[in-house]
This record gives sequence, structure tokens and C-alpha cells, in this order.
Amino acid sequence: MNRMKAISRLVLVASVIVTGGTLMGAAAPPEGEATTPSAEAPASTPLLRRLTEAQYRASIADIFGDDIKVAGRFEPDLRVGGLLAAGASAVSVTPGGFEQYEAMARSIAEQVVDPVHRDRLVGCGPTEADPTGRACARAFFERVGLRLYRRPLGPSEVTLALTNVETARKQLGGDFYTGVGAALAGLLSGIEFIFQIENDVADPARPGGRTLDAWSRASRLSYLLWNSTPDAELLAAAQSGALMTEVGLAAQTDRLMASPRIVNGTRAFFDDYLRLEDLNTISKDGLIYPGFRAGAAADAREQTLRMLTDLLVTGRGDFRDMLTTRQMPMNGMLSPLYRVPVGQQDWTTVQLGEDDPRAGILTQVAFLAGHSHPGRSSPTLRGKAILEILLCEEVPAPPANVNFTVVQDVSNPQYLTTRQRVQAHLDDEECASCHKRMDPMGLALEKFDGAGQFRAQENGVPIDTKGEVDGVRFDGAVQLGRALRDNPRVQSCLVQTAYRYAVGRQLMPSDDTMLGRLNKQFVASGFRVPDLIHAIATSPAYYSVYRAAARPVRMTHGGQVSGGQF
Amino acid sequence: MALNTTRRGFMLRGMLGGGAVALSLPFLDCFLDGNGAAIAATLGGGRLPVRFGTWFWGTGVIPDRWNPNKVGPDYDLPAQLAALKDVQQHVSVLSGFAVPLDGQANSPHFSGNIAVRTGTPAEGWQKIVAPSFDVLIADAIGGGSVFRSLDVTPDGNPRTSYSYRDGNAMNASIPTPIEMYQKLFGADFQDPNAATFTPDPRYMVRKSVLSGVTDERRKLLQRIGAADRVRVDQYFTSVREVEQKLAMQLEKPPRAESCRVPTKPVEIAASTDIAKRSAAHKVMADLLAMALSCNQTKVFNMAYSTALSDLRKDGSATGVHQNTHEELTDRKLGYQPTVDVFVTQTMAAWADFVRAMAAVNEGDGTLLDNMLVFAHSDVSFGKNHAVDGLPMMLAGRAGGKVRSGIHVKSSGDPVTRVGLTLQQVMGVSVDGWGTGATRATRGLSELLV
Repeated sequence: MNRMKAISRLVLVASVIVTGGTLMGAAAPPEGEATTPSAEAPASTPLLRRLTEAQYRASIADIFGDDIKVAGRFEPDLRVGGLLAAGASAVSVTPGGFEQYEAMARSIAEQVVDPVHRDRLVGCGPTEADPTGRACARAFFERVGLRLYRRPLGPSEVTLALTNVETARKQLGGDFYTGVGAALAGLLSGIEFIFQIENDVADPARPGGRTLDAWSRASRLSYLLWNSTPDAELLAAAQSGALMTEVGLAAQTDRLMASPRIVNGTRAFFDDYLRLEDLNTISKDGLIYPGFRAGAAADAREQTLRMLTDLLVTGRGDFRDMLTTRQMPMNGMLSPLYRVPVGQQDWTTVQLGEDDPRAGILTQVAFLAGHSHPGRSSPTLRGKAILEILLCEEVPAPPANVNFTVVQDVSNPQYLTTRQRVQAHLDDEECASCHKRMDPMGLALEKFDGAGQFRAQENGVPIDTKGEVDGVRFDGAVQLGRALRDNPRVQSCLVQTAYRYAVGRQLMPSDDTMLGRLNKQFVASGFRVPDLIHAIATSPAYYSVYRAAARPVRMTHGGQVSGGQF
Repeated sequence: MALNTTRRGFMLRGMLGGGAVALSLPFLDCFLDGNGAAIAATLGGGRLPVRFGTWFWGTGVIPDRWNPNKVGPDYDLPAQLAALKDVQQHVSVLSGFAVPLDGQANSPHFSGNIAVRTGTPAEGWQKIVAPSFDVLIADAIGGGSVFRSLDVTPDGNPRTSYSYRDGNAMNASIPTPIEMYQKLFGADFQDPNAATFTPDPRYMVRKSVLSGVTDERRKLLQRIGAADRVRVDQYFTSVREVEQKLAMQLEKPPRAESCRVPTKPVEIAASTDIAKRSAAHKVMADLLAMALSCNQTKVFNMAYSTALSDLRKDGSATGVHQNTHEELTDRKLGYQPTVDVFVTQTMAAWADFVRAMAAVNEGDGTLLDNMLVFAHSDVSFGKNHAVDGLPMMLAGRAGGKVRSGIHVKSSGDPVTRVGLTLQQVMGVSVDGWGTGATRATRGLSELLV
């Protein structure tokens, strides 16, 4: 039995803990910590959320137009409890990171005031009556400041901007627009732009309670639904106080959700939920997988997002069908990996046959290649991803002190295939507790190699893809997808993840009632994701703020205390 | 004594006046109170600055083929250290130190590394409670150069960094040679040996705009909770650092005789292939040597590979990490041959790094003589994630304060003795470091001259 124990641990360690390296590129954090949704709850509702790279870019494009280039490298976001959105309320800005923000701010500001853009974006200049252009600058900063900070600038902020314009104008040769550019760079470098900073007020509906003010509600709504900064109409609804009423909130939610831009918001959610950002840093061996060309990972990510938005947003489909759908967006880059010929390079949607080995997101390249090693597949990584992402289960760190001596025995014929090796996990009590949950689901996907390509055999041996999840037996990827489709835990996990994404933090005990209600509504709606998002956005609980009792204790470090991973 | 922390001449004369303070969060006020001691350092009055850096590689070694036997100078070079032959006089080996985990689980590839870096083991990112000691050293000596610290990796991923202010604030790495070149020698670079100097008013404007940004701090702090306040402080400290950099760029940089402005490197695609990785690393090592000799920074972190190393050889289904756990020990050889090759090649890259620093003449010696570089991994024996006996090395003589070329063999002292010694040598005013069983209060006198 000792021998079994040693081997099974070996396989466990070798296959599980590589996640950090392969997917995250950084140090291996303990796996459980990396993803557990049950990481410790914050004591108070965090009020600062750093804009993600996508949110920053979208905000600039919305405010100034998409011809303004945002060039630079953003600080890596932190994944907490599996979500970058939750990490956004834990991170700050490091010195190296701020240097980038400042450089980006200057580059954006210089474009806004350059001769190509100034007429459209600044729209005025010095006149005879206003030789320094002060009135023009004031109008500009009041208008743009509202968009950038998602609230009106205070008088001191406007004065500061005007002073900056003057100082810069004088020091840099007298040009008005240069002055405006320098002052704008200051606004863009400000903490109020780089972060969503929320402001709370007494909650009229909940005596003694706190809730977000109208401007903060506008930001929440906009970044949740559009993944970008509030538009003029939403800001007007904040200004008028309409967002503080249930009717006003519902009206704006309906309006934002009726816009085609809802696709951007839901894409951002799916991207975070399925951890697709990790595809940015995966590497595949070009000699082993020549079909996985540069750019394949990015297109695989796009394919999954297209499938989800077509199915769930545009088509208002049943969320569960993402695990079984045969509708597959395809393009020239991906078609060799799928061996599905497409007549064009650009995106098209193909309908896979009923006997096709692929159906649903688990059989897409993004999932299969994303949860594999650079040169081979990994049932354990795939199984672990299903547990964590779809079932919200915590997978603890594997034991470190493994005895490997038994594997020195090269003549052992017992462990020649992947399944045989992985099977060894289940013979060991300590390993089995996790591996019996992970491995069978991962093995069901073994007919797809590390690049996501179909294979009927592995090293000349037929692949056995049978397994079981929560008492439901399956054979192969299609049946696994079906089993998970009908598993209620997958549904409640989605609800919980969507809510954590929306609030941008780990769960707090005060969220229990809300989650219970959302779960019921989700089932009643026929598992429509847009309805779930609507229910979150229009709920007063979504805007509630909880403060730790009495004087807050000064913590040694910010945010949640566990569950993070850069 | 109030010191003008932005005056560059200050740096080359060596730091004066008072001990540095050990910083703990929130630390912004230390920078803002005008107390120059917070960013001063004691360099023993040496004329040239002493620089500090770390060099990290992932997944450890095969201890029997790495640890020297002979203690002191002229130590033997086991097979995995053979590449150090021509730089051995510059390199000290530290073996046999323990990493007490103080009752915590050994999170593979994580716990040991965090203990070495922060003095306190941690089981997960956000449980990292202390700054890594390179940050403490940068707080002490990093002022007065353009960048307080420079974090770099040749692996293409900015997340490959082991430098943290805390578990939520990792100092991301510059991940490619080109980006490194642009940051150091791009538009903002001022040649210290240029014949003329004209202060660029644009720096003045940027600085004054940023000081306006800082005005928002106090207002904001009034209305947020404690955890958020730490984050707000971190942001404003970062702003302040860029302001200081801009202030410095308004003054003529002091001459740096050994500074040679490098040419722009060719684009090298990031790769997990070890030969390609080493090639990119060598380019970055050369850029770093020039950055140091041109006074761009005094503190750096180079991460050659990730803690859970993803290095491979093109065409191979398994990488070094998988091999450490899966490769059979060759019965005749008595070790894992593929793993051995990876470690040997990694040590060759480390030797490249040392050579790059030693190749720059400075004063009566070399750049390396005025450096202290600490190299280490995350585990000792990769195969079983052991953290005791974690491999560590030092290169350079820290301006004559440190003996080089010796083997210090400990019989299980806490690894924090090393971190404590390095901080003390670099002028951090600290008499104990680490927590619980991992705490050290005695430095390593064997290393000191």
C-alpha cells in the first residue's frame, strides 16, 4: 500500500500544482488559496475598486472616442476567489504601476488636445474676450471631469485644473492646448479615475443602514452592464436623484440592458468567470502542437465569448445549454484545431453534427488547451477547473512532502497509461478526497489533447472516458456536459459567482438573503443570464454598504486575507 | 538633519546621517514628513554607491549535486555548480539553512520562497503580511536614483515577480528586453555624461501636476475604511515616487564614468525553452549592468524563471517542474538526468549574470565589487518540495563590506539570518527580522569583512 500511496501522491503533485506555473505564470500559490470562493469575507464593504484594463480602455474610448490610443502595460490584476473583479477591491497601485498610468495619462491627453482632435474634443479656445482661454478650459474640465470621475468635479478640483493649465501654458511656451493637455493628464492620473471610489449615505429605506449614493450607483450600474463609464443620461439620472429610487433604478437598468452594449458587460463577466484572461500567458510547444499557431489562444478566447453571448445574451437562451450546445463559432485560425473546414477566415458559426465528439464550452479549445500543460493534456487540471469554476468547490493544496521512491521502479507495468496513473490517486485516502472529485471529469475529456485537438487513441491505446459526477454516470465529453447541464450545483455556482462579480468582492454574511432570492429567480426565469443580471442591478441589497462596527481596526494589509493570486 | 532626497550628488557621496527606519504600513508619512533618514542609508562613506539585487530561479536543485562539501574559501564545485568556475571568486554559497514554517503547511513552491523573502512564511498570496526584504532595502537606499527599484524577468510575464509590499501589492516585472530598454534608456533617459544639461520644463510641469493629485489624499482618507485606507496610501506613495523621480530629472545628473548607453536590443520573443530563456536573460543582464552603472537604479530583482518553473526544451512534452516529480532516478547515475541538465543550465545563466556585472569597470574595481546580489530558489530538492537547505548564493563584495567566494555551511539556522545580514549590510537599521520560529536576531559574521 505504501507503494500505491507514493505513486498516487506523485501523480497528484505533478499534475495538480502546475496550475500556477502554466496558467498564471507566477509563483505557485497553493491551489486552494488560488481559487476558493470561501476566502475570508471583508469586514466592511470595500469602497475602492481599481478599473480593470478593459474598463480603463472602454472608459477612454467612450469619453474621447476609440481613435484615442491607449498604449502601455497595465499592472496585472489579482484573482481573488477565482475572480479578477473581486481582486479589484484588494489591490492598489505600485510605484511601477503608477509610472505606467502616468505615462498613459500623458499620451491620452496629448492626443485629445492635438490638432487632429482638439476641435471635436475640446471644442473651444482662447478668444479676444478670453485671451487665456480660461472660460473654455473651465467648460472643458467641468464636462470631461464629470465623465472621468463619474461625478461633478468640486470647485477646488476645477480650480486646480485651471491652475495647472496656466502653469503649464506659461512654462511650455504659451500654447493653450498644451496647458489643457497637462492638466488633463493630471485628472487621468488621479485616484478618482483609476479607481471606482464609492460614496455611501444613510439608507432611507433601512434605518441605521448605509447605501451607495446616486453617483456611485451610476458607476456600479454602468461598469456592471457595459463594463465602461456611465453615459450622459445615466449621469443625469444620478444628478436628479432618480437612481436613489427603485423606479429610477429599474428604468436605467432597462435602458442599459436594451442597448447592444450589454454584450460588452456580459462578455466581461464570462471572461472573468471562466478565467479566460489566463489564455494570454499560456504557451504551447510548437513542435508538438504545430496546429496551435500564434494567435490561436486569443481566438479560442474569442470563440468561447462569442458562443456565450450568441447563446445567452443575443439569443436569451438557457444558461445550462452552454454545456451542450452544438453551435460553434469558428474562424480560419481555429478550424485546423477542430478539423472543421470553414470557407472564410473571419468568424462564422458552424452547426456540429449530433454524433460529433464536441458539444459545449468544455470541448472548446479555450477550456481544453487552457487547462493543459504546454506539451500534453492534464485530466487533473481540467477536472480541477470544472470543480472550481462550474461547481464553486474549493480544491486544497496538495501535500508537499511526498515520498517518490516507488516510482524509481521502471519495471512496474501497472501505470503505463494516464488513466492508470491517475487511478492511483483513488487508492490513496488522502489524495482520493480531492482526486475522486477531479479526475473522472477530467478523464472524460481525454479524447482531446493539450491543444484541444480530437484524438481517438493515446499512444495506440483506446481512451477510456467513463466517469461519474454527483451520482450521474457519463462516458465522454458530450455526456459529461449533459450531466453538468442538469446539475443544480452548476446553476447556484453561477448565481454566486455572478453576484461576487457584480459586487466586486468576496461574499459577506449579509449577502445570504440576496443569494437565496437570486437563486429562486434564476430557476424561475428558465436560467436566463440577462434576467439574473437585471435582478442584481435592480435590487436595493446590491447597493447596500456595511461598515465594521465601531472604530475600524487598522489592518496590516488591505482587503480580504486569503484567496488571492496574481 | 533634513536631507534633500532628490539631489543626485547625494547618492554618489554615499548616504549619511542617521539610521534608516524600518517601515511598516502605512508608510506614506515616512516619505512625506521630510525626514530624509527614511530614505537615506548608511554606506560607510564609500564613494561609489552599493547596489543590491536578487536573482531568482525556480524549482531548486539536486542537493547532492549542488552543495559544496568544503567550507570557507576555495570551496569545491559540485557538478551543478561547475559553470561558476571562472566567477567562483565572486560567488559565495550559503547552504544548510532551515526554513521553519512555524506550524504552517508547506505550500509547494510558495511557503519557502515567501519565508526567505519576507521572513514570515505564508500559505497564500493575500496572507503575505510583510514586505519582501528587497523592498525594505529599496526604501532605505533606493532614493536618489531614477528608479527606487527595478523588477525584471526574461519570461515574458509581468506576474513573474517575488517582490511585494504586501500580499495585495506585487511589484510587477518588466517582462521583455525591449520594454526594459525603453523604460531605462527611452525618452526619459538623461545621459549622465552628456556635455550639457538643460532642465526640461516638461518635467517641472508633470511634477507640479502630480503634486495636485496628491492634494486629494487627505479628503479621501476621511471617508473610507481601514483596509481601503492602506490601499489609498499605497497609491499616493507611488505618486510621490514618480514626483521624486521628476524632481531628479530637473537636476544635472552626476557623471558616471562607467556608464555606456547601450543600443536598443533586438526583439526576442519570450519562450519557455531554456536556451532561448537564457539568451533573453543575458541581454537583460547586460542592460541591467548599464542601468546600474548609469545610476538608473540601486536595487533590482531579476526572476530568471517562475517558482514553479515552466522551463522546457522545445519539443519536449514535459518541463523541468514535471520532470522533478516524474523523471526516474537513473540507477547508474544516481540522479534524475534531465533535471540535472536544467539545473546546470540555470546555473550557467547565473554565471552569465555575475560575469555581466563583473565586466563593467568602476573605480578601482568592477561594478560587481560595489554590488551585493542574493540568488536563491523556492525549494531545495525540487522532487519533494523540501525547503530546508534551500539553495542560496551571494555575489559581489558590497563595496568591500562583504567577503566573497566562500562557502558558509549552516547546520539548520533559520534562513532569516541571511535576510537580516543583507539588510544590515545595505544600511537598513534593523536588529531582528522575521516572526515566530523564523525570527533571527543575529546576522552572519562569517560574511562580513
